[in-house]
Amino acid sequence: MISALFTYEFLQNAFLSGLIIGIIAPLLGLFIVVRRLALIADALSHVALAGIAGSLYLSQSVLFFSALNPVYLGMAAAVGGSLLIEKLRGTYKHFEELAIPIILSTGIGFGAIFISMAKGFGADLVGYLFGSVSAVSRQDLWIIIIIAIVVIAFIRSFYKELFALSFDKEYAKVSGINGKVIQAVFMIITALVIGASMRIVGILLVSSLMTIPVAAAIQLAKSFKGAMLYSILIGELSVIVGLFVAYHLDIAPGGTIVITSIIILLFVLGWNKVKGSYHSRKVKGDFA
Amino acid sequence: MEKTIIECDNVSFHYEHSTVLEDISLEVKEGEFWALIGPNGSGKSTLINIILGLLKPDQGNIKLFGQNIDSFKQRERIGYVSQKSNSFNSGFPATVLEVVKSGLARKIGLFKSFTKHDEQKAMDALRVVKMDDFANKNIGELSGGQQQRVFIARALVGEPDLLIMDEPTVGIDQKNVASFYSMLNALNREHGIAILLVTHEVDLVTELATHVACLNRSIHFHGNRSDYKKMNDADISAWYGHPVRRVHQDEKEGQR
Repeated sequence: MISALFTYEFLQNAFLSGLIIGIIAPLLGLFIVVRRLALIADALSHVALAGIAGSLYLSQSVLFFSALNPVYLGMAAAVGGSLLIEKLRGTYKHFEELAIPIILSTGIGFGAIFISMAKGFGADLVGYLFGSVSAVSRQDLWIIIIIAIVVIAFIRSFYKELFALSFDKEYAKVSGINGKVIQAVFMIITALVIGASMRIVGILLVSSLMTIPVAAAIQLAKSFKGAMLYSILIGELSVIVGLFVAYHLDIAPGGTIVITSIIILLFVLGWNKVKGSYHSRKVKGDFA
Repeated sequence: MEKTIIECDNVSFHYEHSTVLEDISLEVKEGEFWALIGPNGSGKSTLINIILGLLKPDQGNIKLFGQNIDSFKQRERIGYVSQKSNSFNSGFPATVLEVVKSGLARKIGLFKSFTKHDEQKAMDALRVVKMDDFANKNIGELSGGQQQRVFIARALVGEPDLLIMDEPTVGIDQKNVASFYSMLNALNREHGIAILLVTHEVDLVTELATHVACLNRSIHFHGNRSDYKKMNDADISAWYGHPVRRVHQDEKEGQR
């Protein structure tokens, strides 16, 4: 793969995109997980599916859409979905989590309609659902680079506020932090990251790259900064191993990346268990 | 003359059909230590939420530091410690130091990052509550009382002029409550921070507070401590709704 990487542009595109989303997806995912919003990423990716399926369907009949990268409409749908979730969370104050299945079903519903109405984009669609090593264009790569810059700038600028809001919403409010605006921007950024990641890991597995590395990281880290670092390291490792395996076995990278991260998670959980029982034995020993 | 920090003027509040607060007027001045006492459901927490701006009163007016609450922007002058020390997710990956630093977020302002100096301030605040040895521990590893001290440090780190606390001793070991209150005493006397403390512990706190307000839907008494002590137990029981017998200082001495 290493020599092929220097030869083929599509591989460079896939590899560079993978490295970038391996950073931004878990980075944003950490804030999503600690706020117990892990399912939001799932809902938004399914809304993105509706956008992509819609764009693919329209491309068969409308000239404008045949020239348009379906990622754009997918991203626009995800951004729209993110704003709707915020609105619904306000409407159902006592059932905030209800917003997620409502939006998720809407996304799948529209996705199913567009897919059945259109004829013959099965192969393209599989790429969007599970990711693809060969489908990432130079244009896709540029979109991903721009989104990465936006995400990192946002987190750098609002790190204090994001931390305060995630840790203790009530306190943040009392101390005068404008949670509403930051939350709305955060949702839009999440939608953009989902849009950026779906080319590589696929719509169905985007949320995994945002949550599984984080799930492993919070088992290892004591501090928030540490959790951030571990999340990114585990995300990167999953992407590199996953892309490598996907290329050599010629299978969808979404699957290999996510299963790699699951294996890392299991390893971390096992390690913690071994360490935990060693510690408790040691403590008991001290008392004896 | 001392400046007025909190001014409640005829504040009333209703939930659906029940009146929770009725015509509350209260003034807290610079350097004062107020104990707001009352039975469960007397509207203590509601009043605090109104003062903090989390709830809007149906009637009446609140001024903070002389400004109307709607236009009040200097939120960093108020430190707040809530009742539920376990309102946060105890699995949250954050160190004690990170939590305390988050108390500076607003003061530092948007688009700026924490500096070494902020970290120093956070350590100083931890030293005040005697938690500096725990700075790099995970917040979830601490006991309830230790966590509450950390949240006080978070409230103190921005050097507030007013500390508002809603039953901060709930969930703290009884043997630690006394040392907790003596720490508050030191903050008030040595650092000159005004304190508004909500509690149902009628005894302990009235030995420390300079002023006492008794709330049960409306204010039944407010004034300084010596006047409060002159009230007899029967009067207090009348507004409390059930018999209350305060332990008097001389009895305590006798027990020792």
